[in-house]
Amino acid sequence: MEVTANWYLVLGAVIFVIGAVGLLLRRNPLVMLMCVELMLNGVNLTFVTFSRELGDIAGQTVVFFVLVVAAAEVVVGLGLIVAILRRRPGATADDLNMLRG
Amino acid sequence: MVEVVVFILAAVVCVVGALGVVLARNPVHAALMLVMTLFGIAVLFVAQEAHFLAVVQVIVYAGAIVVLILFVIMLLGVDEARELQLRALPAQLPAALVFAAVSLGVLVTVVVSVDDPATGLPGLGGAIDDSVPNVEQLAISLFGDYVYAFELTSVLLVIAVVSAVVLARRPSRQERAQLEALRAEDLAAAEAERAEEQSGYDQPDDDQPGDDRTGDERTVDDEQVRR
Repeated sequence: MEVTANWYLVLGAVIFVIGAVGLLLRRNPLVMLMCVELMLNGVNLTFVTFSRELGDIAGQTVVFFVLVVAAAEVVVGLGLIVAILRRRPGATADDLNMLRG
Repeated sequence: MVEVVVFILAAVVCVVGALGVVLARNPVHAALMLVMTLFGIAVLFVAQEAHFLAVVQVIVYAGAIVVLILFVIMLLGVDEARELQLRALPAQLPAALVFAAVSLGVLVTVVVSVDDPATGLPGLGGAIDDSVPNVEQLAISLFGDYVYAFELTSVLLVIAVVSAVVLARRPSRQERAQLEALRAEDLAAAEAERAEEQSGYDQPDDDQPGDDRTGDERTVDDEQVRR
């Protein structure tokens, strides 16, 4: 038995889908942010697998950029969450409905 | 054989951690489970000889991002951040599970049904050369082919820093007055909504105008009852 690229790709898909389901189910903005991180990591794993499979280092470069974007996203996301929760303590994603029709 | 054992162990760690993030009630536990998944992914990076990314994964993700998340949880208070037990949307759970089944089915079918999932051409410019260290190859790619993208990430980071400072700075007196007004408006709106929703039910006996959370909980409970 040998570990093939398919194993990694399936694992990446599983982590991505778990993150997506968490994003759909949870209401706590912080946990939703963590679920986005899970999805990004599933994709990162896929990128590294294809990088190895195709013998192209560019896949790993893209993962590096994804890490930078994830860091920026967390900074802005947490800033927003703190600003929102300062105004409305205990707010969940369902409470942020100022734009509803 | 070693590869298989490493993969299975890391995969179990990853999936358990991911499920923990989604299922944990307490956001602190969710953050710690996220660390578990990130370490599992780092192990898989090492297994695929992406050594630099494995190190960056541990330092940046587990060391910085999760600590930042934990810091915010602690700053806001665990009780505040804990999710209210609400089920406002009746179809949410089944819809999410259907979405999961469909997307996972499609992804796994696509991966498993072909022999060689990597359909692209092998890399020409940045081909992996096993005699050169991983860090060196990544550096040549990053500061050679992708140098403009790299410069753009610095712009992105500056924007993120500026936005974080703007969002987190202490509001001026005028803005604080505005915030207070908005908050009072919010409370009044929640109050009105509650009164409207409860017109057919018993009047609440512990009705405190300053208590936002009980109001929200009650609103949701009533929605549940109505549905």
